[in-house]
Amino acid sequence: MNDIIGLEHWTLARPELFLAVATSLLLLYGVLRGEASTAFISIATSVALIVTAILLFAPYREGTAFASLFVTDRLTTTMKALVLISSAVALLMSRAYFERAQVWRFEYPLIVALATLGMMLMISANDLMSLYVGLELQSLALYVIAAFQRDSVRSTEAGIKYFVLGSVASGMLLFGASLIYGFCGGTAFVQISQALLAGKAAEIGTTIGLVFVVAGLAFKVAAVPFHMWTPDVYEGAPTPVTAFFAVATKIAGVSLLVSVLMGPFKPMFPQWQQIIVAAAVLSMAWGAFAALRQQNIKRLMAYSSIANVGYVLLGVASGTEKGIQSVVFYLAIYMVMNLGTFAIILLMKRRDIMVENVSDLAGLGRSHPLLALAMMVFMFSLAGIPPLAGFWGKLYVFMAAVEARLFWPAVLGVLASVVASYYYLRIVKVMYFDEGTEAIDQPVFSMNRAVAFVSAVLVALFSLLPQPLSAIAAAAAKGLFP
Amino acid sequence: MLLQAIAFYVFAAVLVASGAMVVVSRNPVYSVLFLILAFFNAAALFVLIGAEFIAMILVIVYVGAVAVLFLFVVMMLDINIVKLKEGFLDYLPIGAMIGAALLAEILFGLGVLGGTSGTVSTFSKAGAQALAIDNTRAIGRVLYTQYFYLFQVAGLVLLVAMIGAIVLTLRRRPGVRRQRVSDQLYRPKEESVTLVKVPSRGGVS
Repeated sequence: MNDIIGLEHWTLARPELFLAVATSLLLLYGVLRGEASTAFISIATSVALIVTAILLFAPYREGTAFASLFVTDRLTTTMKALVLISSAVALLMSRAYFERAQVWRFEYPLIVALATLGMMLMISANDLMSLYVGLELQSLALYVIAAFQRDSVRSTEAGIKYFVLGSVASGMLLFGASLIYGFCGGTAFVQISQALLAGKAAEIGTTIGLVFVVAGLAFKVAAVPFHMWTPDVYEGAPTPVTAFFAVATKIAGVSLLVSVLMGPFKPMFPQWQQIIVAAAVLSMAWGAFAALRQQNIKRLMAYSSIANVGYVLLGVASGTEKGIQSVVFYLAIYMVMNLGTFAIILLMKRRDIMVENVSDLAGLGRSHPLLALAMMVFMFSLAGIPPLAGFWGKLYVFMAAVEARLFWPAVLGVLASVVASYYYLRIVKVMYFDEGTEAIDQPVFSMNRAVAFVSAVLVALFSLLPQPLSAIAAAAAKGLFP
Repeated sequence: MLLQAIAFYVFAAVLVASGAMVVVSRNPVYSVLFLILAFFNAAALFVLIGAEFIAMILVIVYVGAVAVLFLFVVMMLDINIVKLKEGFLDYLPIGAMIGAALLAEILFGLGVLGGTSGTVSTFSKAGAQALAIDNTRAIGRVLYTQYFYLFQVAGLVLLVAMIGAIVLTLRRRPGVRRQRVSDQLYRPKEESVTLVKVPSRGGVS
């Protein structure tokens, strides 16, 4: 029994352990020092997130720990690195917004760090139980930060809506997990996989369980038809929180979906492929059509994120090594594009009041040419126009889908992407060709500007050097296909 | 065995009766008190089947925390029970249908209405009893070893819940007078006591 909590387990979970301890110490410091410590804690939490990301690779380790409840390999490490980077950047971008809303409190960075820890734990889950506790750690923290601007009705509504619907999703996930436990005789991924290979895959109970688990996870990544909370929550939540939702939670959720479907449920590939293909096609289509009439840019980004999840799920649905590779590739590009876009959205304020309508961008091309240029790069990239990074992401996904003989979904995906490019290009048109009533304020927050410009450069010049990212994605996907 | 059977029927009867009283009682405070009675009887039933750990958890968590919380809520919010029950008859048919469906499921599960009665009976004796250790000890053996990781993460979840509850509800109001015991104790004599010479029959003005 002693070996269960021996030292080798701790070394495998060293990044998580570091983040947990750092968060606890910072929490202690914040409680003792009070509100005066907010600026320090915010910076320190971002640093802790970056250090955690470094600890993932120095030195890199893989294996299972804590009685096989926890696993690390190339895929989980890569996904965790993406999650950590996006959390750190989202946190660095949030100060100005919360200061203006007068809710700049030291708990915010700590809850973001705990949510990130939850994401890391759920990415590393190797058992339905550790999957659930990681997911709950993440979700609970997210409900809180959605409602963080507690004096705003919309923020509170977003928090409550997210909480209620998220709890329903957790309930579905648990119901499915209990069915799988009952039919397979275990919660460990290895046990489930063995039971399925031994013939349990044909039983109706496991199929129903799988459907519920996938529904619960699809809810967390906001895939159609489990997307209805997304626009309201994204619009109501404070904008930096929306950025965090749009990037970090998506990456973590998709990673969990991949490790569950390609891990224990791989023997049931034909069953879950139908579900994922349907969700992917519906998400791409709904994300494209529903966004056409949106005026609020946060709602627009919510639908855009739904559409993007559709493309990612298309990669998952192909179920091949190429498919998983395209998922990692797409998520990394998606992260950079969205962080950059939200950095610009966070700069949109007029007379010191945040504005978030598409029409407020009018005239940006003349008043802030550099900012408009960066935004244009992101919009073209999201629309998938070559040679920007977003094009390569979509290309990889569609290639993987075609290779897996998913012709119709790939064609529908391309068509949806054509529809979606309308609203991305509309933003460009508004920026450059519409007469603005009044220019937005001169941006002063150097951090957001830096994020926007670095992301824009990365997206614009990606085509010159795509090899490193595709190599990372290939290495990550390889682990799943021994 | 007979004593056990008698105990079971007594506890079960009180449980069902108090469960019914939770719903029909007119005073919400009585409802909560009946709920507590129901919890105690359920705990007694758990003891009877040898699950003493769950029994104690039920008493500690549900009676000690949840029911008391209910009691607070019921007493603090002025709930008009008559108004609450206005729609009762409208929802009665659909409620009765759901109840009937659940009852049918139980009967199917037990094999009363035909079908196979396998799943319910196979789990009659838990593994812990076969090992001849009590189940508190059995849980303790795995909770801090095999499931140590889950235990720790559950702790983190509770930490998030605590931070979240505080950050979303705690408000610092200006002008609140707080008692600071140390300030009171360290007040010097000069600030707090004045000696007044009182003339005879004059009083203090």
